[in-house]
Amino acid sequence: MKGRFPLNRIIRKKQLSAEVFEIEVEAPLIAQNRKAGQFVIVQIDSEWGERIPLTIADADPKRGTITMVFQTVGASTHRLGAKQEGDFVENILGPLGNPTHIERFGRVVCVGGGIGVAPLHPIAQAMKAAGNYLIVIIGARTKDLVIFEDRMRAIADELIIVTDDGSYGRKALVTEPLKEYCEKSPPPDLAVAIGPPIMMKFCAETTRPFKVPTVVSLNTIMIDGTGMCGGCRVSVGGETKFVCVDGPEFDGHLVDFDNMMQRLRAYKEREDQDHHKCHLELQIEQLPAGGSR
Amino acid sequence: MEHHSKELLDRQAQTLLQELLAKKQAGTLTPRERLAIPPQEMPSQDPQERAHNVEEVALGYTEAQARLEAERCLQCKNAPCVKGCPVQVPIPRFIGEIQKGNFKAAIDAIKETNLLPAVCGRVCPQEKQCQLECTVGKSLKDINKAVSIGRLERFVADWEREQGLVTPPPVKPKTGKRVAVIGSGPAGITVAADVAREGHEVVLFEAFHKPGGVMVYGIPEFRLPKRIVEAEIELLTKMGVRIETNFLVGRTRTLQQLLEEDGFDAAFVGVGAGLPKFLGCPGENLVGVFSANEYLTRANLMKAYDTSRAATPIYKSRIVAVVGGGNVAMDAARMALRLGAEQVHVIYRRTREEMPARVEEVAHAIEEGVVFNFLRNPTRILGNEQGRVVAMELQKFELGEPDASGRRSPVAIPGSEYVFECDTVIVALGNESNPLLIKTTEGLAVDKKGRILVGEDQKTSLDRVYAGGDIVLGSATVILAMGEGREAARAINKLLAEK
Repeated sequence: MKGRFPLNRIIRKKQLSAEVFEIEVEAPLIAQNRKAGQFVIVQIDSEWGERIPLTIADADPKRGTITMVFQTVGASTHRLGAKQEGDFVENILGPLGNPTHIERFGRVVCVGGGIGVAPLHPIAQAMKAAGNYLIVIIGARTKDLVIFEDRMRAIADELIIVTDDGSYGRKALVTEPLKEYCEKSPPPDLAVAIGPPIMMKFCAETTRPFKVPTVVSLNTIMIDGTGMCGGCRVSVGGETKFVCVDGPEFDGHLVDFDNMMQRLRAYKEREDQDHHKCHLELQIEQLPAGGSR
Repeated sequence: MEHHSKELLDRQAQTLLQELLAKKQAGTLTPRERLAIPPQEMPSQDPQERAHNVEEVALGYTEAQARLEAERCLQCKNAPCVKGCPVQVPIPRFIGEIQKGNFKAAIDAIKETNLLPAVCGRVCPQEKQCQLECTVGKSLKDINKAVSIGRLERFVADWEREQGLVTPPPVKPKTGKRVAVIGSGPAGITVAADVAREGHEVVLFEAFHKPGGVMVYGIPEFRLPKRIVEAEIELLTKMGVRIETNFLVGRTRTLQQLLEEDGFDAAFVGVGAGLPKFLGCPGENLVGVFSANEYLTRANLMKAYDTSRAATPIYKSRIVAVVGGGNVAMDAARMALRLGAEQVHVIYRRTREEMPARVEEVAHAIEEGVVFNFLRNPTRILGNEQGRVVAMELQKFELGEPDASGRRSPVAIPGSEYVFECDTVIVALGNESNPLLIKTTEGLAVDKKGRILVGEDQKTSLDRVYAGGDIVLGSATVILAMGEGREAARAINKLLAEK
C-alpha cells in the first residue's frame, strides 16, 4: 500500500554518544515543507510498531532529506538505532505541529539540554537569520553527551556550554547562565528552551521573575499526531491543549509541567521493561561470534 | 438472554425452511404465515468466551437462516424500507433474490447503490433507518421483529467474498483528469470508487500508515474485522486508485499545493471529525483519562491487545468507567473488558431508551458483563499523588422535558454527588471538527463548530473542492458519510465531464 517510490531511506547515520544517534533520511515532501519547530511521527513497522514523535534537527530540500536526532530510550528508538545506512524507515508522517514564530525580537537566548539541542538548532538558525542577536546555552550531563556544538558555534553570537559534572565547559545547570543573562541590562527579549521537561520547567521558573517571554517545545506521548487521539494533551494556563495541533511550542510560564511529567510516565512500567530487554539484546548481539550457538 | 449455538439455530432454521418451501411450492403460503416465521437470531460467540477475545462477536446467518429471514419480507410495493436508507439500497429486490436463492443477484442489486455492504451490514444503525420503516416490524408492533435487512445484507456480502466472486467494478477508459481524495474513511472510499469508475485518476490520501479511517482505528475487530475493510480497499487499488499513506494534507502538502502545483483537477475532503471532546471538568488530564479515540486506536490500529508483539502499550486497568452512550462508548467498554479490566461501567446522563448506540451493541455489551449506570454524569475526576485516576465524582440526573433532539433532557439533581471508584476513565462524548485542514486552507468556509459548509452537491466555498462525511455532518455514521460521498462523486464527475 506504499506510494510509487520507496521513501524514507537512511542515507547517513552517525552515533553522537552511547545512546544518541543522528540519521539523515530521504523524505522529499517533508524536507520541502517543514519549518523550524516542526516534528515528524515515525513508525518502524506497520503491523506491530509504535508511532513515536521525533523532532526534525535539520532538512535539506535540495537533497530531499531530513535529519533526526534521537536517544534510545524505548523499544522503538532502540530498533531505529539499530538501522543502518541504506535501510528504510517504514513510516514517517510530517511535518507536524505549528512552526516556530520567528521574528526580529532583538536578543534571543536559546537553551538546549541533552538531545533537545537538536530540535533547537533549526530554531536558533531561523532566529539568527531573522536578525536576532543569538545566545546559545548547551547543557549536558557530561562531556560525551554534548551534541551539535560546532553547528551551534557557527551561528551563535555567544555560546555557553555547561555540564552537570564539569567535564566540559562550566560545571553548572543551564539555569545558571540563563539567570545571569536575565540579570543583565537589557535582559533577553525572548528565551527558547528545549530539553527534558524538568529542565524546561526550571528554565521557565528562572525567567519568570524577569518577565522574559519563554517558549518551550513539548514532546509528549502521541499516536496520530494530527489531533485525533488527544493523548498528547497538556494543561496550559488552565486550558487543555493538544501538543500535536496547538503546539508543540507553548508559553513556558503557563505550562503545567508537573501534570505533563506525570502523563509522560503513564507507561513507565512497560518502557522500563522494554529498555531493559533492549539492552540485554544489544549485549547478546555484541558477544563474540562463534562460541556456543 | 440464553445463548444459542450457531449449529442449533441452523438446525431449527433448516427444518422450518423445508416446511415453508414446500408450502410455497404448493402455493398455500399466506401472508399471515409469513408474519409467523420467527425472526432469525444472529448466531454469536458465547458471551463468556468472547469477552476475552477480539474475534468477531456476530458470526453471520447460515444459508438456511438467511433464506428463512428473507421469507419474512412481504415485498411491499411502496418499499418503505428503501426510504429509510440513506443510499436507497433496493431492499425488497435484493431480499427477493435471497428468497429465490440467487445470492449473487442479491449482492449485485445492493452494490448498485452501496459500495461497502459487508461493512454497512455490520455497522449501520438499521433500527433507526430501513428496519424502522419495515411493515413486518410495524405489523408485529415491535421494531425488533422487523425483517433483519442489515443481517441479510451482510450475509450476501460475506457469501460473495467467501466464494471469491468479488470483482472490481468496470472502469471507463482513462480521461487524464486527476482527483485528490483526502481521508480514506467511508466517505473517501465511496468518492474514490465512484470517480475512478468514470476513468479519472484518483489518489487517496491518508495520514495514518493504513487506509480505512474510522473503520480501522475506531471500530473494533470484534465488530468489524479488519480483513473486511482491507478487502474493500484492495478493490479500490484494483480499480487503479493510488493510496498515499503517511500524507497529511495541510502539512505534508497543502490543499492549494495539490490543486495548483500537483495537477489535481478536483479534490474531495473527507477527513472526519477527528478532534475528541473531553469532559471539561477538573481532573480531565490525569493519567488514566483517555479519549475513546486514543483508547480504541491503541487497541485496534496499533493492536495493543497483543502485548507480546505490539510495541504500543495500553493502560493497565482494573475498574474502567466509560462516559457516553453512543456506539463508540459501547466499543470502548467492550474493548476494555477484552483487555482484562475486572469491571467496566458505562456512565450515561440519560436512560437506555435515549442511548444513541445501536440496540444490538448495547445488548452485546450487557451480555458480556458491562455495567450501565444511567442518569449519572461526572463532575470531576480524582487523582492520587502520582496524578493517576483513583475515582470520579458522579452527579445524579433525572429526565426533564424533551429537548431539540426530541429526547427528554437530563436535569442534574443538586447535592446528589457521590464518589465512584475507578482507575481509568474513557471519554466517548463525540468529536469536534479537526481544525488542521481548515487552518491551512485559505477561503474554506466553515460554520461556528468548524464544520465545512457545503451546498446541495457537497461543494465547498472553494472551486473544485467538495466535502462530505463527519467533517460536514459532525459525528455521524458510516452510511451517512457514504451517502454524502456518493453525492460529491456525482458532482465531481459532472464537473470533470464539462471541463
